[in-house]
Amino acid sequence: MKPRGSDLVFRLGTGASALILVTMVSGIGVVLWTGSRLSIDKSGFGFWRSTSWNPVLGDFGAFPFIWGTLYSSILALCLAGPVALGIAIFLSELCPKRLRSALVFLTELLAAVPSIVYGLWGVFVLVPWVRDIQRSLPDWMRTLPLFSGPPVGVSLLAAALVLTVMVIPFSSAVAREVLRAVPMSQREAAYALGSTRWEATRSALHYGRAGIVGALMLGFGRALGETMAVTMVIGNTPKAAGSVFAPQYSMAAVIANEFVEASDELHASALVEIGLVLFAITLLVNVASRLLIWNMTRQRTGPRRAVRVLAGEAA
Amino acid sequence: MTFRQVRRQGLSALMTGLCAVSVLIALIPLALILGFVASKGAGALTWAFFTETPRPVGETGGGMANAIAGSLIVCGLGAVFAVPIGVGSAVFIVESRFRWAGSVRFAADVLNGVPSIVIGLCAYVVAVVPFRQFSALAGGLALGVMMIPIITRTTEELLRLVPGSLREGALALGATRSRAILTVVLPAALPGIITGVVLALARIAGETAPLLFTALNTSFWSTDVRQPIASLTVQIYNYASSPYDDWHRQAWAGACVLIAIVLVCSVLARIATARLSHLRAAD
Repeated sequence: MKPRGSDLVFRLGTGASALILVTMVSGIGVVLWTGSRLSIDKSGFGFWRSTSWNPVLGDFGAFPFIWGTLYSSILALCLAGPVALGIAIFLSELCPKRLRSALVFLTELLAAVPSIVYGLWGVFVLVPWVRDIQRSLPDWMRTLPLFSGPPVGVSLLAAALVLTVMVIPFSSAVAREVLRAVPMSQREAAYALGSTRWEATRSALHYGRAGIVGALMLGFGRALGETMAVTMVIGNTPKAAGSVFAPQYSMAAVIANEFVEASDELHASALVEIGLVLFAITLLVNVASRLLIWNMTRQRTGPRRAVRVLAGEAA
Repeated sequence: MTFRQVRRQGLSALMTGLCAVSVLIALIPLALILGFVASKGAGALTWAFFTETPRPVGETGGGMANAIAGSLIVCGLGAVFAVPIGVGSAVFIVESRFRWAGSVRFAADVLNGVPSIVIGLCAYVVAVVPFRQFSALAGGLALGVMMIPIITRTTEELLRLVPGSLREGALALGATRSRAILTVVLPAALPGIITGVVLALARIAGETAPLLFTALNTSFWSTDVRQPIASLTVQIYNYASSPYDDWHRQAWAGACVLIAIVLVCSVLARIATARLSHLRAAD
């Protein structure tokens, strides 16, 4: 049967909004690509190897930024991963029912705190603590390259700690969603064989391992792109260093700090190129993690899931 | 019990304990942040904070009235832009028989993961450069792009909740598909969709990075959407990076207001969505 006129209009309307949505993702890539042509033509691949960033002299080397972004995000992932997983396991497998909804609400709240508030707290509370921690380290530890440098407080460690707190609720919510998708029969089979609670949980974890890796990667993607909180505590010093106490810089932070003041076109273009690479990296991480999670949770829908999606926690 | 059993039970108890500890580890920063924001911000929340505009450097007092109004305007613009596209895309994903409808959903997920600073950068190129003017409209565009995937995903889930029998009933009465969706399916999902939009607004109200070089900032009262406009978040950022104690105080007060918005919206959404569960029961 041929659709009638109003039907056709309606279909075109919804189709157009879907098309806009899809175009937007590719549109972002195109806009960034054209915006960074100037810088790509000028510096080529050397842009990412050069460690010198001095817009006044016209030196544009982006290595310190990619280093700072990856270093802080990986550190945050290492710190947040086990905690996020522990929370997901506790809330979906082990927690007493009465406690669960309250704890879920609280962890959700952690995800809802705006990043500027994390930044504010980081600057005025966390940074002085990091400074104190560094001062209280024994001398032999402070000579190690990992902990060297003057105690300034604003540092890669401060950024990584803020990112850790921000990533935990996010990863744990998605991991919880994955664990929920593991069929009950997996656990029941384990119990039937005489497993303890932890052993049954382990079999559920094993079943959902791909999705759990996806959940952690999704958190990693968040950490890579996080801007405000990192900008406020990382120290904004374009110098790649191995020490966690050294002030450093991140890709998102340099865009936030310098883009408005970028006077000449090459500087702006270099910043757009950093944005392009940040976009490409997060895109890869996101697509990979979505595919991993998707396999696990795809066939699921229902009122409870709608509630979780509304709360912004379901993947 | 044999030694082996004791060991296995012990390990189980130990791991349960460790998982419980990790929940505590996450709750400590939450308590710290909420505690600091409440204790430092509540004191600075005066009447003037809500009614006055910022004073010049050096003078104490003043408020963030212009920033609060600015945040409302920019978020409103974002919603105007995002709600039709988000709801339209969700309807497309659920109701169309197009084979690749799932890819639209995937695109929404990917868009959701794009860093906010990158979206700000694009909004600058698309909406600031051609007009040679930072504007509230550009800020609204950036926030709208961030809202679209959130609205799409919540609306999609809610449309799936609407019982198939409602759709079939409308079609059996001779309604066209578009009429069935517009007059039966969407109204049934409406309360949930509104909740989703409110939550998306609450989340977007806390965004700073997309506004830095689109809406920019101003210390004056402004409601002109073609001009730069202040926002609560950018104002907090500027005040936090300044060396003045009075501005720090106001930054904490601003954070307090933001957290209050987020809290109220989360609680309201909880209450509203708790009633959603009845939808299926009636099916």
